[in-house]
This record gives sequence, C-alpha cells and structure tokens, in this order.
Amino acid sequence: MRDDLKTDSTIPFNTTIPFTWPAVRKGVLASLAYVPGYLVFGAAVGTLAAQKGLSLGEAVLMSTIVCAAAAQMVALELWTSDWTLAHILAVAGVTAMVNARFILSGASLRPWLSPMRAGFVYPVLGVLTDGAWAASIRYHADGGRDFGFFFGSTVFLWLAWSLASVPGYLLGALVHDPKAYALDLIVPLMFTATVTPILARTGKYLAFVVAGGVAFAASVLLPGYWFIVIGALAGAAAGAFAPVRP
Amino acid sequence: MIDLQSGNGALWAIAAMTLVTIATRVGGYWLLGRFPLTPVLKRGLESLPAAIFAASIVPLALRAGPAGWVGVACVAVTMLITRREIWALAAGLVAAAAVRMLGF
Repeated sequence: MRDDLKTDSTIPFNTTIPFTWPAVRKGVLASLAYVPGYLVFGAAVGTLAAQKGLSLGEAVLMSTIVCAAAAQMVALELWTSDWTLAHILAVAGVTAMVNARFILSGASLRPWLSPMRAGFVYPVLGVLTDGAWAASIRYHADGGRDFGFFFGSTVFLWLAWSLASVPGYLLGALVHDPKAYALDLIVPLMFTATVTPILARTGKYLAFVVAGGVAFAASVLLPGYWFIVIGALAGAAAGAFAPVRP
Repeated sequence: MIDLQSGNGALWAIAAMTLVTIATRVGGYWLLGRFPLTPVLKRGLESLPAAIFAASIVPLALRAGPAGWVGVACVAVTMLITRREIWALAAGLVAAAAVRMLGF
C-alpha cells in the first residue's frame, strides 16, 4: 500500500494535498541516487572557483544561494577580478540563459503543487535543482501527490549541492580526467534513468521524440543552452495539440 | 551606489546570479497561476516533463558520439529490467567508459 495517499493525523495544513514526514523521508531516499553526480559537478565547480580566485566562503556562498551547476560553471568562465557593471550584467545574462529551463520545470510542477499554500511552495521552488525536479516528477508520474516528497528531495539536494563544492575547492582537481570515466555524461545518463519509467507510465512518446529531435537540431544551429528550452517547448506543443487518444 | 572597486564585485555578481536564478525557478510556476488551465494548456503541461528530459538527453548524448548513445541505451535497458536508478547509472557509466577505452 502506498503511504503517500493515506490520510493521517500528521497533515498539519489545511490543503488538498498532504504534507507528511514519511513522504519527506521518501523524497530524501529517492534523491540519494543523484548525490554521486552532484559530488562530481561540485568538485568541478569548486576546482574552477579556486582557479578563478574565489575564496572558499564565496564558492560555498555561490553554491548555496545560486545552486545551479551548469550556470555556475558558465558564469565562472566569465569571472574576473576587475568588476564593472557590464561584467556583472554579462554574468547575470548567461545565468538567465543557462537556467531558462527552470521556467519550464517550475511550470510543470504547477498542476501538482497548486493546492499547496504559496508560502510553502515558493521558498522550496527557490532552491529547486534538476535532480530534485526529476525525482519529484517521477514520484508524481507514479501517482504520488504528497508535498513532503518535493520538500524532502529539494531541500536535501540543495544542502548536498551546497557542500559538494568544498572537496573540489580544497583538493583542486579530484578527478583528473572526467572523460575517461564518462563522468561528463552523467547528466544525460541520470536523466535517462529517470525518464524511462516515466515514459513507460505516461506514454508521452510523441512529446519525447519531437522535443529530442528539435533540441538536437537547435543544438547544432544555435550557440549556448537554448536548445533545451526550444526543444522542450516544441515537445510540449506536440503533446498539447496532438489528437487525444481514447 | 554600488562600489565595485573595493573587492565586493564578486559578491555583487553572486547576488545578481541569485536573483536571476530564483526568478527562473519561481517565474514559470507563478505565471501559470495567472492563466486559466484550458484543456490544450493542460495536455501541454502534462507533456512538458517528458519534453524537458528529451531536450536535455538527446542533444547531449548524440553530440558526445558513440559513448553517449551507447551509454544512454544501456541506462534505459538496465532501468527497464532492474527499475533501480543506481544500477542503471552504473551500467551506463561502465558502457560509455568502455566505448571510450576502445577508442571510439
């Protein structure tokens, strides 16, 4: 029996979706699978931060309040010691571009989380990472509705990411040749593991194929990370306008 | 006025990154609360997760060459059999690293 659908006395809020501790625990446990990947990225970001002259405090601060691996790496590539307003705007600009996918990730959570009080949803959304989003969407696709899962996975992976840059910063390059161990592929591999059961359950094959094809074409034609947003919108549009199956 | 010359530039840059990132994270969720959920919008939203995954996986895997798509295929097959992320990830990493070791 699934524990996330039980109505029990631990629901402390007047909402139509539950918020229970068993679900928080379940969210943390499901997120453990992402920790190795976060440690690898954390080591890479920490190493880069050290090379660019950030203090350990600045590196951890950035990971804690920005908590977006790819955006941090791209922004650090632009890092300087001689700051001008134009430089800060450039850093903010690439951050927005790399993180634009979160606009869509957040939107995809709305149907599930909208009954929850905004005061609970927004602070957690503010530290959402790809791993927590992926784990939460998988849970939702499996029928889960408990806010605790989203809360547990998001907060746990946020804390894990905050600390993940420390070993890399201190030890320099922990992994000398990430390519030899295929660690540069950890994002597509981990996402594949997450989406496989989601696809099998929801049957959104058309959206998947259209999004993948359009994103690949966009990645060949355009610079940067826009391909994720363009492909995802194309896939969602295909899903929206396709004939509804009986 | 912002004083960028006294060593605070990095902190201002981190602050700007934070504002932008939080705006993207809450922006899409907030925006959807301002629109009525029509059937078409609802079906689009239901397709959005699969589309985001595909738009991330396919270009990254294809552009990485044989190691990329062999790794992704191994993850998907292992996942269908074991239904455990950790085994699927291990299989994918081993397969991709092996393809690279063979020189592809």
